[in-house]
Formats: sequence, structure tokens, C-alpha cells
Amino acid sequence: MEFALITLLNSLCYGLLLFMLSAGLTLIFSMMGVLNFAHASFYMLGAYLAYAISMWIGFWPALLMAPLVVGVLGALVERYGLRAVHRQGHMPELLLTYGLAYVIGELVQLIWGRAPVPYRIPAGLDGSLFTFYGTSFPAYRGFMMLVALLMLVAIRCLLTRSRTGLVIQAALTHPEMVEALGHDVPRIAMLVFGGGCALAGLAGVIGGNALVTEPSMGATLGSITFVVAVVGGLGSLNGAFIASLLIGLLQTVAVAIDYSLRDFLSLCGLSFSSGTDLRLHPHPFWDLTIAQMAPVLPYLLMIVLLICRPRGLMGAREG
Amino acid sequence: MKPGHCSSRLLPTRLPASMVWMGFGAALIAAPLLSGEGAGLSLLSQIGMVMIFGLSYNMLLGQGGMLSFGHAVYAGLGAYCIAHALNMAGAGKLPIPVSLMPLLGGAAGMTFGVLFGYVTTKRAGTTFAMITLGLMELVFASTLLWPEFFGGEGGVSTNRVIGSPVLGIDYASGIAVYYLIAFWLFVSTAAMYAFTCTPLGRILNAVRDNPERAQSIGYDPQRVRYLTLILSAGFAGISGALSAIYFESVSAESVGAARSGAILLFTVIGGAGFFIGPMVGAVVGVLLTVVLSDVTRAWHLYVGVFFMLIVRYAPGGITGLLVMSLPVLRSGNFRSVLPWCLAMVAALLLMLSATVLMTEMLYRLTLEMHDATALHFLGVTFKANSIASWSLAILMLASGIWVLLAVRPRFLHAWHTVQQNPQPALQHDSLQSIQQDGLPATQSTLPGDRTLL
Repeated sequence: MEFALITLLNSLCYGLLLFMLSAGLTLIFSMMGVLNFAHASFYMLGAYLAYAISMWIGFWPALLMAPLVVGVLGALVERYGLRAVHRQGHMPELLLTYGLAYVIGELVQLIWGRAPVPYRIPAGLDGSLFTFYGTSFPAYRGFMMLVALLMLVAIRCLLTRSRTGLVIQAALTHPEMVEALGHDVPRIAMLVFGGGCALAGLAGVIGGNALVTEPSMGATLGSITFVVAVVGGLGSLNGAFIASLLIGLLQTVAVAIDYSLRDFLSLCGLSFSSGTDLRLHPHPFWDLTIAQMAPVLPYLLMIVLLICRPRGLMGAREG
Repeated sequence: MKPGHCSSRLLPTRLPASMVWMGFGAALIAAPLLSGEGAGLSLLSQIGMVMIFGLSYNMLLGQGGMLSFGHAVYAGLGAYCIAHALNMAGAGKLPIPVSLMPLLGGAAGMTFGVLFGYVTTKRAGTTFAMITLGLMELVFASTLLWPEFFGGEGGVSTNRVIGSPVLGIDYASGIAVYYLIAFWLFVSTAAMYAFTCTPLGRILNAVRDNPERAQSIGYDPQRVRYLTLILSAGFAGISGALSAIYFESVSAESVGAARSGAILLFTVIGGAGFFIGPMVGAVVGVLLTVVLSDVTRAWHLYVGVFFMLIVRYAPGGITGLLVMSLPVLRSGNFRSVLPWCLAMVAALLLMLSATVLMTEMLYRLTLEMHDATALHFLGVTFKANSIASWSLAILMLASGIWVLLAVRPRFLHAWHTVQQNPQPALQHDSLQSIQQDGLPATQSTLPGDRTLL
């Protein structure tokens, strides 16, 4: 029971972190039609900047400053890189962000080295939030969830209640009309790109010390974020939310299950004996445990989903 | 358009096609005579394998508009299959000579293409790119799950000198392996070039440019993409098989993200809009990789920045730049551009050396290689921990940028003046002839465009 609850909370925490990344990715995609390949690199940049700032003036200023810096960097990338190649179509844009991911990854190694940096949880949050039947839940996880939920509410309000948000929403579907009404659509695109990157940076600030801050952290979370965006349906914020929680749950629960396919089959009353001693000759497929397959599961989910429902959970039909 | 007629030529020359192909074959045969045995030959062999891989990748990227982040899956799985096939042949269970193994690798690649392509080619564009990325991660993660096939961390090793020589050929020497690669490179290049002239190759361009229209005249875009991916995976399998024969071992990195990314980088650097683009990219890419990685640890950074500059300023790649400058070179008025061209090159070189110096000094500082803190450049010693060195580098960078900004408008003016008055006979020849029609990525190589810096 307590195992299930803690696992659920952990998966919620991880899922919300994934959503912080995929929300920015989805916003950018629906606004500009660009898949920001470097999104996870901005996440990594957020973590490293937060590490550098927290060494200098502490964690709390870093929580504010690192996403801001990352957002400004993102806006600069949009202004001086993406906007210039925009007229050549989406592929050069995707290629540019791919190159950017490559270069950011190298720059981070250049500045902070190849080994993980000691980016730690602030002392004030370094305890347990509550203890449930002897299993404690870290306070920092609670803080992560709080930040993610606050961000979720903030985006929601910004998009539906504020004037800027309404213009952004209009620009998503009818950019020409919005431009005709006198709004500067390229500037809105720059804001959205910068904002999305800032969200990724914020995810990096709070995720970097909970997970680990190292040069490969971007690549690790990056491909999962893309899976989330595809599974949720490209361009759908709600879809991204559901898919983030789903994949968070899938990955967290899977690593905790030490059953193999054979065990499941024997639970269902099916058993088969291959004649040889199983402990000496484990079968490569039937004896893989779910925990071993955990890293593969999101991709399998994506492929199965694409076969059954190519537009993702909540995505629009391909235009 | 009648089948077998190609609008694009292999090279921007007026030589007949047969001469070009004979020249290519002769160059392949003669290359080892120039390079000699050893390091040069191994470079040539690697370039050959990357060329096949790049050409097969460009069937998707350049001709089909499909950006794949997981093409190494097909080459890598082909390589694994061939490593196992070689081991079986060595044990006498598989009566196939080594010379024909690449064909088997191609079949393996196509099989995986049939399997994976069904999923990936369901969608085009960005979604295709992401599915290929997911698939690549899936296959890469599987390498640790099924050690029986993938050999776990160590990979699968094999031996190419097996059995008795067939037709007197054994692959004990590097030169024999080079000629095996050269033979399959020639065959694959010819086949892939022929593919661009087939109805499928032509309709593939239509699907790339306007899927709705292709569909409305009766072609299923999904099916066209699927068939192309199968063929492309086959050629990737050939290159994978050659790499298994060449290196005599295959490891998990051969299906990994880095390998897929490298071929994307090389192809775009060479010029995805041209048939020969990936071949140019293979030469440049392998040379960059081998030479730079010997000299500096920051070589990934340089390759990445180079790639971004190409995407940003020269969407036609190196081939695009060359082709764009041909009419100017041939026009006879080149002398009026030359001084500005040289000034531009000088400014760029200044900026390049300043950036490289700063990067290297930063590397010295952060990775704490105490043994090598001094750099020697043009007789000046740069030290990573001295303010004077940093100021000098920054000064170099600033003056480079200043010269570039000052010279650029005049250079562009001179360039366009020459370009707008070319000699009439040369106009058609080089620009449109080797460009694959209507590719968005190469539109900017047309005259009058200002993307050249």
C-alpha cells in the first residue's frame, strides 16, 4: 500500500517534470510549426546555470535568474537563427535546432567539464515531507510538484485570461489575421520561443538537483520529451499533459516491477516448461523483467500508439 | 517524363555521362596508388563506406524530404547481421563468399526497412523525424536487452579471412578490403543514381514537394515513402556490411544516436539538395573527424558550429557553394571579384583563428590539462591563464568582424554584378543541371539571393 502510494507520488512528480518540458515544446510547435530539438538542451542549460548561480548567491535567486537567462538565450536563438531560415521551410529550422543541441551539449562540457557537477538540493528542503508507514517522501519532491503545478496554473491563466495570451492563441491559428490587426506576430513568436525555453530552464533548475546534472542529462530526457509530445499529439497542450503523466507513471512503475513475461503468463494459469533448467538457461525474451524493459517502454508505447492512432492521443489530423 | 530520362546530371560539366562514370571508376581504382598503404588507405576505405551511407540517407532527406534521426539503425543492424553471417561462414554453416556479404547486408537492411518503415513512414515531416528518433532509442536500448544477438557491451567480433579464397580473393590485406568497398561504392552509387531516374524516384520528389498533389494524381504518398525507405535501408545495410567486414567488429554505438547524427551532419554539410552532396560531405566529414579529433578534444564543437553555419548561411551545403561560384569562376570577370573574395576569406580566417584560440584556451582552463597550457599560433604563444592572450584573441575576433562587415556589401555587389552578366552559354549549364528540381533547401543557391554570407 505505502509502496503504491509513494510510487504514484514519484511518478506524478516525474510526470509533472516531463510536462514542464513538453509544455514549452508543444507551445513552440503549435506556434511556429518548429520542433525545438534543442529543448532538452535548454533544460540542461537551466540546470547548469542554476548550479553556477547557486554557488554564487544561492538557490532561491537561481530559481528566478536561471530560467530568465535561458529564456533570453532562447529568444536570441529565435531572433537571429530561426527567423532567418524560416522562409526556407521547416526542415532547415529543425536542422538548426539539432545543430544547436549538439553545440550546447559541447559547450556545457567545455565550460563545466564532462563529469556530473555537485548541484545539490537547498538545505531548507533537504528533509522528508511526511512519513507514511515508515516510507518517507522527500520534501524536495513536494516542492517540485508545487512549482510545476504553479507553472501549469500560471500558463493556463496567461493563455486564457491575459491580453497577450489571447493574442498568442489567435496567432496559433490565424497568424495573418492577427498580423492584419496590427500585432507583431514575429515578436510574439520570439516571446513564445523564449518563454518555452524559460520553462525548460525552470524544469532544469528544479530537476537538475533532484536527478543529476551532467552533460548527458539533456539527451536522456530529450528523447522522452519528444515521445511525450508525439504520444500526446503534436501541438496539443492537454494531450501533452496526459501523456506526461502517463509516461511518468509507466517509467516509474515499470522499474519497480520485477516480473517477467513468463511470470505473468504463469499467473494467468499458463505455464510452459522448456525442458532445460531455467536458472541455467534463461530465455532471452520470456525472462526479461518489466524493470529491465523500463527504458524501452515509452518508445514501445509510442510505436503501438502510432500504429493504432497516428495522430496521437489528442492531436489534430495531419494537415 | 519518359522513364530513364533524368533532368539532373551528376556533375556540372558538359562531359557525357559515360565519361563521368568512367572517371569515377578510374578515380576509385587509382586512389590507393596516391594514398599508399596505411593511414591513407584506411581514410579512403572509411570515406567509401560513409559515402554509401550518406547517399542512402540522402534518398530520404534530399530526395524524399524525410529527415531521419535514426538511419544508423539500418546500417548498424545490417552490420550485426553480417558479423553473425561471417561467423557462421567461418564455421562452415553458410556458403557465401565474403565478397557477396554486402548483398546479404543489403537484404538484412531491407528486411528491417520493411519492418520499421511500416511504422515510421506513416507520417511525414516533423512526426517522421521524431518517430525515427524514438525507433533509434528503442533499438539502441535493445542492444543491452538481447545480448545473444547484440553481444552486450562488447559487441560482436568476427573475422573476415575465412575459408578458402573464392576466385583467388581473400581479405587479409587492407587493399583488398578497399577494393571491395570501392566496388560496392561504385555499384551502389550507380544504383542510387539510377533510382533518381525511375518513376518512383521522380514521384518521390513530387511527394516531397507537394504530397496532396501527388495523392490527387493517384499516388499514395505513404506508400512512396515506405518503398523509398525500404530501398534506402537496403543501401544503408550494404554500408553496414562493409563496415562489419572492415572493422571486424560491431558494437552498440553503430546503431546509436551519434552515428545517425553524424550522417545527418555530413549530408547537410555536403549539400542535401545535390546527388553528389553526400559524397562531398563524406570526404569533408571523415577528414574533419579524423584530422580534428587527432588535434583537439573540442572537435565535436567545431563540427557542430560548422554545421549550424552551413544551415544558416549556405543551405545548399559545400556543393551548393561550389556550384554557385562556378558561373562566376567561368565568366572571365572573376578578377573583379577576387580582391573582395580574398578580403572576405582573410576576415573569416581571422575570426576562425580567434574563435579556435579562445575555445582551446577555455578547454585548457576547464579540463585542467596542466601539461599543455600554452598554445603556439603563428609564432605567438598563447597562455590560457594570461589576460594578454585573451585580449589578443578578442582583439583578433573584433577586427575580423569589423573587416567582414566592411567588406561584405562590396563583395556582394561585385559578386552579383558578375553573376548577372554571365556568358550566356554557361548559364544553364551548372546551376540548374545538377540540382534536384525544386528542392526548398536549395532555392537559395539560385542567382540573386543573398544567403552567401
